Amino acid sequence: MSDHPDLTKLIFGRLSWDAIPFHEPILLATFAAVLVGGLALLAVITKYRLWGYLWREWFTSIDHKKIGIMYMVLGLVMLLRGFADAIMMRLQQAISFGDNLGYLPPHHYDQVFTAHGVIMIFFVAMPIVTGLMNYVVPLQIGARDVAFPFLNNFSFWMTTAGAVLVMASLFVGEFARTGWLAYPPLSGILASPDVGVDYYIWSLQIAGVGTLLSGVNLLVTIIKMRAPGMKLMQMPVFTWTALCTNVLIIAAFPVLTAVLALLSMDRYLGTHMFTNELGGNAMMYVNLIWIWGHPEVYILILPMFGVFSEVVSTFARKRLFGYTSMVYATIVITVLAYLVWLHHFFTMGSGASVNSFFGITTMIISIPTGAKIFNWLFTMYRGRIHFELPMMWTVAFMVTFVIGGMTGVLLAVPPADFSLHNSLFLIAHFHNVIIGGVLFGAFAAINFWFPKAFGFKLDVFWGKCSFWLWVVGFYFAFMPLYVLGLMGVTRRISHFEDPSLQIWFQIAAFGAVLIALGIGAMLIQFVVSFLRRDKLRDVTGDPWNGRTLEWSTSSPPPAYNFAFTPVVHDGDAWWQMKQLGWQRPLSGFIDIHMPKNTGAGIILAGISTVLGFAMIWQMWLVAALAFVSLLAVAIGHTFNYNREYYIQAADVARVEAARTEALASHV
Amino acid sequence: MSAHTDVHAGHGHDEHGHGEHHEHDDGIGHVSLKGYMIGFVLAVLLTAVPFALVMSGGLKDPSATAFVILGFAAVQIVVHMVYFLHMNAKSEGGWNMLALIFTAVLVLITLSGSIWVMYHLNHNMMPALMDPRNLP
Repeated sequence: MSDHPDLTKLIFGRLSWDAIPFHEPILLATFAAVLVGGLALLAVITKYRLWGYLWREWFTSIDHKKIGIMYMVLGLVMLLRGFADAIMMRLQQAISFGDNLGYLPPHHYDQVFTAHGVIMIFFVAMPIVTGLMNYVVPLQIGARDVAFPFLNNFSFWMTTAGAVLVMASLFVGEFARTGWLAYPPLSGILASPDVGVDYYIWSLQIAGVGTLLSGVNLLVTIIKMRAPGMKLMQMPVFTWTALCTNVLIIAAFPVLTAVLALLSMDRYLGTHMFTNELGGNAMMYVNLIWIWGHPEVYILILPMFGVFSEVVSTFARKRLFGYTSMVYATIVITVLAYLVWLHHFFTMGSGASVNSFFGITTMIISIPTGAKIFNWLFTMYRGRIHFELPMMWTVAFMVTFVIGGMTGVLLAVPPADFSLHNSLFLIAHFHNVIIGGVLFGAFAAINFWFPKAFGFKLDVFWGKCSFWLWVVGFYFAFMPLYVLGLMGVTRRISHFEDPSLQIWFQIAAFGAVLIALGIGAMLIQFVVSFLRRDKLRDVTGDPWNGRTLEWSTSSPPPAYNFAFTPVVHDGDAWWQMKQLGWQRPLSGFIDIHMPKNTGAGIILAGISTVLGFAMIWQMWLVAALAFVSLLAVAIGHTFNYNREYYIQAADVARVEAARTEALASHV
Repeated sequence: MSAHTDVHAGHGHDEHGHGEHHEHDDGIGHVSLKGYMIGFVLAVLLTAVPFALVMSGGLKDPSATAFVILGFAAVQIVVHMVYFLHMNAKSEGGWNMLALIFTAVLVLITLSGSIWVMYHLNHNMMPALMDPRNLP
């Protein structure tokens, strides 16, 4: 090998055995556990000969329902990783006082909080949001799939590729130590010469391709593929919020891509976009990344507003109060999302005029949000409310989110922000809205649509355990942070001297333990529900007495979703169909034209993972080969004309007859 | 398998033949050689004139030249959208126009906002660096 040092360098780049963290016992133990668990999983899959099934029915599937479910699985798996980071930080901060330095050295602690933020936003919240939209939107608008089914599969695998790179950083090399937005000059090549920031850049760039393409896909789906008769103002509110979210994705994500590309140029090519020399300006990075970053938080929360709207009107057995105002509030938030970004850096030195402009726009955005809260309350008012699990999550959301919203308006006041910025008060605020809004919304949605996806309801007892542990745990974990923030404790600190602070961190750690139990209860809920699936079975396809079209099909829906495309005359289409005594058509089926599965998406994403890994470690030869094969496979795929097939009318008739039989046996 | 290939080829024809053989209600404008020729001639003119301006040094003031070129570029964008992308207020049921307006508003917000913010930051945070005479 020593004869060809250049070749070694071309192939392996910076990668060597030093990159494996042999000297860090925590990481090594984790690695061993992951290895054993992973091998066990692979062994089980091989033993039960599931590889073919997984490949044919899931990995290569371009059915929006299966892709939606895979997105949710990705989000939940990554939630475990992100939460592991969270509880490590809580433990460290609870014990690391005075002489006790805790168990995480700063070098490791900084990676943990960076990974926690990156994973929770990009690989938990985004997959869950995208997965929900993927699963529900085509069903709600009476479509058979999304507009570009292959693209959908490709998007999912690109997101997964990004997640794989983040996970790889745990065991090969290290992750960024910069905080989740990687501000330069700290993320520049001088302060962070190692691979951490490169892992950050490439995982986000690859996942970003998936996010952007899925945004285009869903937007076109909603605009072009609605059932005949469904006017825009008759779309379910979830579909409306999905529409606005995808507009936000398409407009905002290119900014992230561009700013990360500029940072990469600084790091790889020696340009000076964000350095301190030769006219570079790190403040421009902060400015640009928040032009993406603020719309991003609305990308996460808007679909959840849609979820709560569906849940509230379903379980209050009432038409949603103020549908029109709900839609316009969503649109107003969509536009205002682009006018508030500077409130993330009031203290960077803008003058009074700039700060007051952005402070006021931020306060204005609470008006449409407040209108939504009142709409939900008025929908519940005098409704016959059924407190099923989705409704419980919704009520918990309304209480929690209002608190988070109020602290947000407080932070929108620039003078207040000057003393609270970068403090734990801020941390408490955004966890208050993201957990209280996005995660509670995700859990409401999972409990709400699970019976649609799998044909049986989720177990109520374990669902309630999870609910109470999560909600109580949340308040224990984050209310102390408000107190600490008001006392001036800043974020991202791994060691404290003042012993009077310790009790608050211990309370917060207790809350994190409750949340851990809540996550455990949720996993048990899935297992118990699966085991008791015959008891929890729903054959009607409409377990909650729903209002929108997804409840008109069987649970789980057939591959073609609707044997006949429904015709819509009103908002709450399914509710109206039920009122008018609609009968399922039992004959006259015709062949259904459907897209065919393809492995191109997972192969392209696999090559992208290799490309990203090679770029991170500067393995130029590998990177070049990966890039060329990426192009070759992508071009090769365009010559695949064998992309569609017909579900024969006889098969449709057989599926529908089985459903007729099931419905008859049920009553 | 050839049947599938045929199906696909048929689709390909459909996509190219918009507005000629089929009644589509997606409002894509009538595609004609005349339209492409007008677009092509305009695009050439809008490219050639700025080139000539720079090569001949037609305008004395370089910054005036720059602004004229920017103006030509803006018109060029519109020519491409109208004659090559066949966009008008009615195409795709008005969605194209809506998307265009939305994009224009966002680009305007992003550019003007960034310039405003960065101007302030520069002014407030880097006064010494801006002017070498202020250095100690």
